Amino acid sequence: MLLALLGAGGCKSSSQTTSRPLCVAGSTSVQPFAEKLAEVYMHQHPGVRIDVQGGGSSAGIYAATHGAADLGASSRELLGEEKKLVEIAIAFDGIAVIIHPSNPLTTITLAEIKKIFSGAEANWSALGLPPHAIHLITREEGSGTREAFEHLVMGKQDITPAALVQDSNGSVREIVAGDPHAIGYISAGLVDNRVKALAIEGVLPTRENIKTHVYKLVRRFLFVARAAPTGPGKDFVDFILGPEGQKILETEGLVGVK
Amino acid sequence: MHREKFIERLLLLLALSSVGSLALITIFIFLEGFPLILSVGVKDFILSSHWAPTKGHFGILAMIISSVFVTLGAMVIGVPLGLSCAIVLAEFSPKRLKMVLKPTLELLAGIPSVVYGFLGVIWLVPLIRNYLGGPGLSLLAGSIILGIMILPTVISISIDALSAVPDLYRDGSLALGATRWQTVRRVVLPAASSGIITAIILGMGRAIGETMAVIMVAGNALQIPTSLLDPVRTLTSNIALELGYAAGRHREALFATGIVLFIIIMILNLSATLVTRRR
Repeated sequence: MLLALLGAGGCKSSSQTTSRPLCVAGSTSVQPFAEKLAEVYMHQHPGVRIDVQGGGSSAGIYAATHGAADLGASSRELLGEEKKLVEIAIAFDGIAVIIHPSNPLTTITLAEIKKIFSGAEANWSALGLPPHAIHLITREEGSGTREAFEHLVMGKQDITPAALVQDSNGSVREIVAGDPHAIGYISAGLVDNRVKALAIEGVLPTRENIKTHVYKLVRRFLFVARAAPTGPGKDFVDFILGPEGQKILETEGLVGVK
Repeated sequence: MHREKFIERLLLLLALSSVGSLALITIFIFLEGFPLILSVGVKDFILSSHWAPTKGHFGILAMIISSVFVTLGAMVIGVPLGLSCAIVLAEFSPKRLKMVLKPTLELLAGIPSVVYGFLGVIWLVPLIRNYLGGPGLSLLAGSIILGIMILPTVISISIDALSAVPDLYRDGSLALGATRWQTVRRVVLPAASSGIITAIILGMGRAIGETMAVIMVAGNALQIPTSLLDPVRTLTSNIALELGYAAGRHREALFATGIVLFIIIMILNLSATLVTRRR
């Protein structure tokens, strides 16, 4: 298991290309976007090869720290020792609080979310709805989305241990889509019409509101490296931060930093 | 002759390598996880149910209890079903039927656990949510899915145990005027009991070690369950759920969870071996 975990954090070059491939590894939240960016970039620069791998934010930061990856991808802020790394913010991602479409609720306050997720309010009647137990769904400990949610909403309070735990945005969405009494949180880019995103303090998680930070629950997607990237790494980062890269991220559901 | 010896040695070496990998896995899990158990304290690790590894709380009591409950639930469902199935197949069905049924049951064992989990999420969980209440993802859902998953283990080992009872016993019993069911209940089952107990213990080992299906249907909440409809997290789920993002002490804590699981499964397997040997 360890080998698999460490293996996920680095890239091995096995191809016959002339130059060493650029390795990007880390957050599974960032991975699909990084793959898309790499695909377009490689199409424009046929000589360059970019390997994108998952493994999680921590694995990506670990890989970048130890040089196993050129760029580590993280969907959480750097902690303690990790702050020595160079960080490049590539996009913003809103965290949407989602409920079943049949639920009449449309807006909620941060204080209410905090009460619900800490377990202080366990019934929908507290929000003026017909009484029924709230089915809470959260992410697993260590997930970047959970960490951002805890940081932005919960403060020092813990998420109640009674909450259901799922290990991906997709399965949280799946459960909320099937359960009229559920509430959960996922990346705003992944909200679809099977679930309903709540307005927070009256503000919906639209692209505009996330970009201007009027919407409160916003996290950063980071690339991290041991030193400021040079050569192909720098070119790739410049591409991502340039108009074209940012446009790709926007099309894919994120919100650009520029 | 030389060649003969060489091949013998080679085969011995290969056989030992499987034992060697078990040893390596054991050493590795203990090296990774044991320091954390020592630094947290065995008591706080096993007897606290506060699990927040990124904030320094490493109590796995809720998961130990959940693992035990889910396994017991699976036993309650799987053992009567499996045992009756085995009795029918071994004692009451014509050879032809048996030739069709036994391989079909063994196919059950070949279905990947993620498929059981998926069916659970699609069918079982909404049923429980709509008719019994709660979020559906629950101790009950986990027990039912696991109960079905252990059937092949329980059935095939029980059939072997029942078939190993000499026909002399059956003939003697029937000759004394017992009916076929009396014969099965009073003669065959007692004679096969050690094999059947082994089947149950190995089924338990399978249930407690199952991961994917349980993650999908049990809800993974970190509490000690108070009802069958409460969501629960087992030891295996805890490891698989969190390993992807874990680093540092958090990762060590997951290996430590593995140690506890490892010890439980070792105890189960050893008792299965002892039961078989005693008779």
